This record gives sequence, structure tokens and C-alpha cells, in this order.
Amino acid sequence: MPAVLVTLLVFPFAVSVATFFLPVRASRVVSVVSGTAAFVLALVLVPTAADHSQVAAGSLLRVDALSVVFLVATAFLYATTSLFAGGYLHLAKNAAGARYGRRFYAGLNLFCWSMLAALLVNGLALLWVAVEITTVVSALLAAIDDTDGATEAAWKYVLIASLGLGIALLATIVMYYAGTTVFGGSYSLSYAKMLGGAGHFPAGAVRVAFVLSVLGFGTKMGLVPVHTWLPDAHSEAPTPVSALLSGALLAICFYAILRFFQITVRAIGPTFPRTVLLIFGLASLLLAALYLLSQRDMKRLLAYSSVEHMGILAIGMSFGVPIAIFGVLLHVLCHAAAKGTAFFGAGSVLRKFGLKDMAKIRGGIGALPWSGPMLVAAVLALSALPPFGIFRSEFLIVSGGLSDPHDVVTAVLVVLVTLAFFGLSWFTTQTMLSPNVTEPASGNGAVVTPPKGEVSTWIVASMAAGLLALTILGVHPPAALSHLLDHAVHELGVPR
Amino acid sequence: MALAPSTYAGVADIVATLVLLTEFAMLRAALLRSQVRIYAFQSLVVTALTLEIAAVRHIGALYALAALTFVLKVVIVPALVSRLLHDADVDLAGSPVLGVASMALIAIAVSAFGFFAAGSLHVHSPTLPATALAIAVAAVLVAFVLIVLRADVVSQAMGFFSVENSVYVATLVLAAGLPLILEVAFLFDLLVAVVVIGVIMRVHHGRTRTLSTEELDRLKG
Repeated sequence: MPAVLVTLLVFPFAVSVATFFLPVRASRVVSVVSGTAAFVLALVLVPTAADHSQVAAGSLLRVDALSVVFLVATAFLYATTSLFAGGYLHLAKNAAGARYGRRFYAGLNLFCWSMLAALLVNGLALLWVAVEITTVVSALLAAIDDTDGATEAAWKYVLIASLGLGIALLATIVMYYAGTTVFGGSYSLSYAKMLGGAGHFPAGAVRVAFVLSVLGFGTKMGLVPVHTWLPDAHSEAPTPVSALLSGALLAICFYAILRFFQITVRAIGPTFPRTVLLIFGLASLLLAALYLLSQRDMKRLLAYSSVEHMGILAIGMSFGVPIAIFGVLLHVLCHAAAKGTAFFGAGSVLRKFGLKDMAKIRGGIGALPWSGPMLVAAVLALSALPPFGIFRSEFLIVSGGLSDPHDVVTAVLVVLVTLAFFGLSWFTTQTMLSPNVTEPASGNGAVVTPPKGEVSTWIVASMAAGLLALTILGVHPPAALSHLLDHAVHELGVPR
Repeated sequence: MALAPSTYAGVADIVATLVLLTEFAMLRAALLRSQVRIYAFQSLVVTALTLEIAAVRHIGALYALAALTFVLKVVIVPALVSRLLHDADVDLAGSPVLGVASMALIAIAVSAFGFFAAGSLHVHSPTLPATALAIAVAAVLVAFVLIVLRADVVSQAMGFFSVENSVYVATLVLAAGLPLILEVAFLFDLLVAVVVIGVIMRVHHGRTRTLSTEELDRLKG
């Protein structure tokens, strides 16, 4: 088992270096192989992590049930995104195109590597280091298109996210400071050690560290009010990068917050950290639901939907009952699959019609016989339509909320999720399902009507994989996975 | 237990204070060029702290890190930014929102808040200089003021680099007991962030031919 961890850490990195030198045609295949291998390896870890408390390789690498949940989500998106990128990239057949392709694939693999690394490392310090690497790599990827929009988005992203991580580093240092009262001046921030001693940490310092961690990592997770970089970066980055940012990176920052949550709960009890998460979660959900009603850009729409889902995760954690936490962790998996698929569909529409402005696009489903319906399905899945996984996870979160004195919050949650559903599905169905006719009244030109046909079978395959995963998670999650989630709930300090 | 701080803690406090003061100097700097020079000086002070800790605690790798910090943050990054300024042919710094005096007043209030907030943690450890942490927190907040109130990429980047320097000081003084590999990873990572910000700054200038961020308003809603 330790070999699996080392392979997961070394292999994608090697692939990233290799793709920088390989021709693009080879990189396409190598990236898909690397992504698929990572996903298989993550699945291999599932039964072990569900049975044992942890798998370690040396003192620096370690996974437990909690990290494997996020590992599966990230590796799944790594595999499907590489597949999607193979069909999405249309490179000019000249030196500039080849250079773009090399940079893109090296960056994509490095980005996935850094996200996997964040989940494999043992301890708050290395976690921060890995998340910082994800920032710098993804900021460069967001700027890669070299348009006005991409430059603006990359600047906002790198500045705001780096500042957030500066705060997260302070959180780590303060947590270290709290630990010195138990462990003395010199110790490592490994999870097991921190959890073991957390009961004796001074409450004030732990409280400050937790708030700083929610603010710092929350900046990258997209929690309101520190989410402002998110819609810009998601809409201007190349679509494969948007899918990874939204489905995997945000979840990893949530994972970082959960690590602080674990320690904080053991040090000062659950009331304080739950309240903090509830405030940030409600703000995120409220703002995202309102913004979803007024979007015209398809990728921005999906970006605000990410803010919404991150809000749901935070609120679900604040309910604190095991069934809600189980729902939250399942939600992480489902959101990765659904948001990835939706972005792939958006990318397909983007390539087909050549524009992002949804108001100008009509009849998408007629033009794209496969990815069109699948995009609609993915958006409905995001809005928690059965039989897809998000229905199950949100149902669990809501039922957890109802079993608690948090009734009011649960009601608000349901109302806001419904509002978000309305915004999300209204604009998507308008774009995809309304008939393909030219509107003479609209002043902004005729509706583009490209011929019927898919952009690429690679894109169709990546979306099919996402929907398949969502259906499995919704209809009947595999027993090993449920077992894993159960165990992760237990690790979060909530009794089963 | 001695009441006076040890030499080590004393040096840490002085360095943290100098970082804070240089940020005030940045706030009032009228020229972008001088702002970059102040940053180079601030980085030099931080390099000195790295050397001091390397010597006191006998950590060999910290010497290497100090050298790297010196080369990148005192020489290369300021040189690159200066060239950018030269190319862009603009030099006046200033906030479109507030005057220097108001900015300084806000910064004083914010740094006092940071200092006392960190002080109220009440974690007393015989081995760690707590005052330096409080000053570093104040310095982080002052750098935030700089970023928020200025509207050009150079000031905002310098603000972030100052945040980075302040957190670096906090890391060095508080987490000097961290296993070495962690500490070097921390600090190296921060260096990478500085370089990437420099790269994106150049991309921005190459694209828009200006250093102002006031035109970065296409993406909203």
C-alpha cells in the first residue's frame, strides 16, 4: 500500500515533465493514461482506508478515509479532464500552437499532481505548501490564453488567492504556536500528532487559527465574501482548467478547512467551528443563488453554482450530525463528477458555437446530439434531480439538518437551493432546448446555427463517464465507498 | 526566568518592526520606483534575520535559503519590476481613493488592531518571541491596506510581497522548530509565488500597456 502513495505522488509529476517535451499528440494520450492510472490507484486505496485507520509511507505521506474521499474525486476529474482536453484543444499547426500545447499539458498534469499531493501529504505544513503550488500553477494556466479577459482574471486570481493563502499560512503558524504549549518548541505538524494533543491546546489560539484557516483556505474554496476571484478565473481559464478548478481545487481547500476543523473540534468542542462554517456557508449560498438568476455567460453560471455548492458543504458541516456529514462527503464526490461534466458540456457548446453568451445561443441540443442532452442532464444533476448523486447527498444533508434544532437554517437552505435550481436550469434549458430560430427582434445579430454534429468523441466520452459516475452514486453507491464515507465521518470527530 | 528578551528574540523583534516601518514608508512613497527600492531594503532586512537564525540555531540549509532570498528578493525581483516601470514610463504612485495622510491613519489603526489582537492570544512560550508575531500580524494588515487602496499592479504586487515578507518573519521566528524540510518547503514556496506574480505582472503589462488596475473591470457580475 505505501507503494501506491509513492506512485500517486511520483507518476503524475514525471508525466508533467515528460509532456513538456513530448509532441502534443503523444501528450494527449499520456495524460489520459496518467489520469486513469491515478483514478485506479485511488480506488485501490478505498477498501484499505475504509478498514484501517491510515496508510502511511514514511513520515511525510499518509492517507486516511477522509483524504481518500477527496483523492477519489480529484483523480476522477484528472482522468475525465485529460480525456476532455484531448477533444477540446484545437491548436494551430505551427510553432505557437505546439508551444501552447506543450505548456498546456505540462501545466495540466502539474496542476493535477499538486492537488493529489495536497491530499497525500501528512500534516498541516505540507498541506499548505501543496495548496500554494496549486495556486501558482493554476494561475499560470488561467493566464495561458493571453486574452484581455484571461489576463484580468489571472491577476485577480493570483493576487487574491495568494493573499488568502498568506492568511492560511498564518493560521498554520498560529496552530503550530498553540501546539508548542503541549509539544514544546520543536515538532512536526503531522495530523496524528496534532489530533492526539489537541485536547490540551489553548482555546484562544485554536479559535484564531480556525477562523484564519476558514478565511484563508475559504478564499480559494470560494466562500463569500472572499470568493471574488472565482467567477472570473472559472470563466476565463481554458475549459479543462475551469473544470479542475471548480470540481477538484475548491474541494481540496474544503479538505484543508476540514483538517483544521478536526483539530479544533477536539480542542474546543464543536459549537464554535460549526457556527463559523454556518455563517460563511449561508452567505455563500445566498449570494450565489441571487447571482445565478442574472448570468448570461455559461461558464460564469457554473462558477456561481460552485459557490453555491461550497456553501452547501459548509452548511452541511455546521449541522454536525453524522448523516449530514456523510451527505457532505458524498456531495464532494458528486459535485466533482457533476461540475466536471457540466463544464465539459459548456466547453462543447463553446467550441461548437464559438461564443459564451447564452442569450445568443439557441437550439444547442439540436446541434450537439450527444453532448447537448448530457449537458442538460449534468445541469439537472447539479440541481439535485434524481437519480443522480447530488439528489442523494443533498437529501442526506437536509435530513441531517431537520433532525437538529437547526430547522430554520434547513428551511433557508432548501429555499435557496430551489432558487439556484431555477437560475441554473432556466438559462441552460433556454440555450439548449428552445428551438433553433433566428430572432428578428433581437438587435444583437442572428443566432448562430452551426450544422449538426459533435465536436469530438473525446468530449462525449468524458461526459458519459461523468454521468455514469453520478448515476452510480445516486442509485446505489458501492458498499466499499459507503464504508469509506462512514469511516471518514468517524474521523471527523462525529460519532457514528 | 529573565525579563529582558534574549538577543535572538531582540533581533527578531527589531526585524519585525523594521518590516512594519518599511511598509509605512511604502504607503507614503510618492514614486513607484522608490516603493520598489523600499521593498528591496525590506527583503534585505528579512535576509539578515534568516542569517541570524541560521547562525544561532546552526541550521545549514537556512544559509542557502538566505542566499536564495537575497538573490531573488533583493536583486532579481526588484530589478525586473524596475525594468517594467522603465518600459511602462509611469512613475507616480498614489491612491485614487485617499490621500497619504488618511492612508497612514488607517494603517496605524489597523496595525494597532493587529498588534493587540495577536497579543491577546496569551500563549506564552519560553522559547518563542511572541512580540515578533504580533508585529508581523500588524505588518500583514498594513500591507492589505496598501493593496486595497492603491490601483496599480506594482503597488499591489509590492503589497503582496510585503505580506509575504511579514509571514516569512512570523514563520522564521515561530516555526524555527519545525522540521527543516517543512520550513524550507514553506519558504521556497513563497519565493515561487513571488516569481509567478512577477510573471503575471509582465503579462498584464504586455497585454494592456499600462500598470493601472482601474481598467480591470470587464469581468463582473
